[in-house]
Parts: sequence; C-alpha cells; structure tokens
Amino acid sequence: MVNLANPTTFVELTRRVVPWLAAATAALFVAGLWLSFAAPPDYQQGETVKIMYLHVPAAWMATFIYAVMTAAALGTLVWRHPLADAAQKAAAPLGAGFTFICLVTGSLWGKPMWGTYWVWDARLTSVLVLFILYLGLMALWRAIDDSGRAAKAAAILTLVGAVDLPIIKFSVDWWNTLHQPASVFRLNGPTIAPELLMPLLAMSLAFTCLFLTLHLMAIRNEILRRRIARVTMFAAVEGDRLAPEFAARGA
Amino acid sequence: MGDPHIGFIIAAYAIAVATIGAMIGWVVLDFRRLNTQLDQATRALDSARGGAKGKLGLD
Repeated sequence: MVNLANPTTFVELTRRVVPWLAAATAALFVAGLWLSFAAPPDYQQGETVKIMYLHVPAAWMATFIYAVMTAAALGTLVWRHPLADAAQKAAAPLGAGFTFICLVTGSLWGKPMWGTYWVWDARLTSVLVLFILYLGLMALWRAIDDSGRAAKAAAILTLVGAVDLPIIKFSVDWWNTLHQPASVFRLNGPTIAPELLMPLLAMSLAFTCLFLTLHLMAIRNEILRRRIARVTMFAAVEGDRLAPEFAARGA
Repeated sequence: MGDPHIGFIIAAYAIAVATIGAMIGWVVLDFRRLNTQLDQATRALDSARGGAKGKLGLD
C-alpha cells in the first residue's frame, strides 16, 4: 500500500494523479454545462433553474469540504497524521470559494424567485456562518506563527464549528424557512424530473473533481512551504555553525 | 433564451467562473512561487555548506 503519510511519496503521487484529475474535471464541466443548457426550463422557475446547476453543487461542496476538514482535524488531534493539518489548511480557502459561489448564486436566484436577495432564515444564515467559519480558520492560521500551535487551534475550532453541518442539513426540517426542503437526497428518492436531475448530478461530479484536483495541489503546496522553511532553517544553522571557523581562519 | 431573468443567470455563471478561476489561479501561482523559493533556499543551503566548507578547505 502506498504510504501517503510520507510527504515525498504524496508529492510524487500528486504529480502523477493531478493531470488525469484535471482532465476528468474539464471533461465533466463540458458535459455538465452542455446538459445544463440543453435541459428544458422548469415549469415554475423557467430558465432561472439553470442557476441551480451551480448553486446546488456549490452548496454540497461547501458542506462536504467542511466534513473533510473535520476528519482532518481529528487526524491532527487524535491520530497525529503528518499530513492531516496540511490537508485541513489547504481545504479552507477552497471551502470558502465554494461557499461564496453558493451564497451569491443563491442570492441571484432568490431575487427573481422570492423577490429578495436575502432573508435571515435558518438555511441561509447557517450557510453564512459556515462561510465566516472558513474565513475565521484562514485568519487563525495566518495569525499564529508556530505552525504546530496553529494546526491544533485550527483543528479545535474546526471541530467546534462542525456543529453547523447538521444545522445546515436539517434547518429546512427543524424551522419554518423560505428555502425548499431536500429534493435529491431523500429516503423516498429524488423529487426532481430526470431531465433536470442529470445536469445537476453532472455538475456535482465536476465540482467534486475540481475540489479533489485543487485540494491535492494545495496540499502539495503546503508540503513545499514546509520544505522551504526547513531548508531555510538548515541554511541559517549551517551559516551559524561555520561562522566561528570562518572568523578563526580569517576567511 | 428569451427569459426575463437572463441577467441573473449570466451574473451567476460569471461570478462562479471568476471564483473558480481565482481558486485555480491561487493554487497554480502559489505552486510556481513556492518552487522558486525552494530553489533559492536550496541554493542558499548549498552555498552555506559547500561554499563555506570550500573556503575553509573542508571538502
């Protein structure tokens, strides 16, 4: 089995896998966009339903990425996996990006459909809290110089913030909300017509592949950042070690 | 598409494309910058070891 805990092995694996993942992502986006624009208009929403092909996959990714970060936080605190905090740190900006797409596209869909860009209902507010959590975690990593302490603090905040995930998922069931209830992941099966479901699933696959590609690349960047810090430190130590010999020999 | 809400649809797709482009750009440009920094740091380490040892006659 490939030892993914070894950063060098991970970087080599990334180098081989990323081109294939990127190609799959591009192909899935072409297919997803073609299906989206070929799909018939919804009987109530008209063509505005096309915004849903961005909004729904982005919303799924926003929560999925936070779930990945929660698993990585456990990896940092419980199992002390050497790449867990790198995976967590690399995922946060991507999670923020997908949550931003979710919030903005939802708002642009809400204006023509609900008559307003924003309402402070449970689903929208809990997703906004998720966006703020992502930004807060990114700020936390920047604020603490010691990478070990930053990773622990971020892991704890991530675990605390994970309480927002079930709130997002069940907010439409627990409270009266303008947001529609689940229509794809339901016990009785999806309530969406197949012609509208296919582009939604294709775009969701494309978004998932995009995240996997960017996440692997961003983890590789974190490994490089640590390597730079280590090499810079060695260079400084070597310089200090040899400095007295320099002075003694008048070099 | 003669939909009355076409402006909202175009704006949604434009913002999604811009955000995804920004995420891809962030990762790719960060990788290039880090590679350059790693090369510089490795050269600094090599010169600290080899250069200094060479000057001191330790090779």
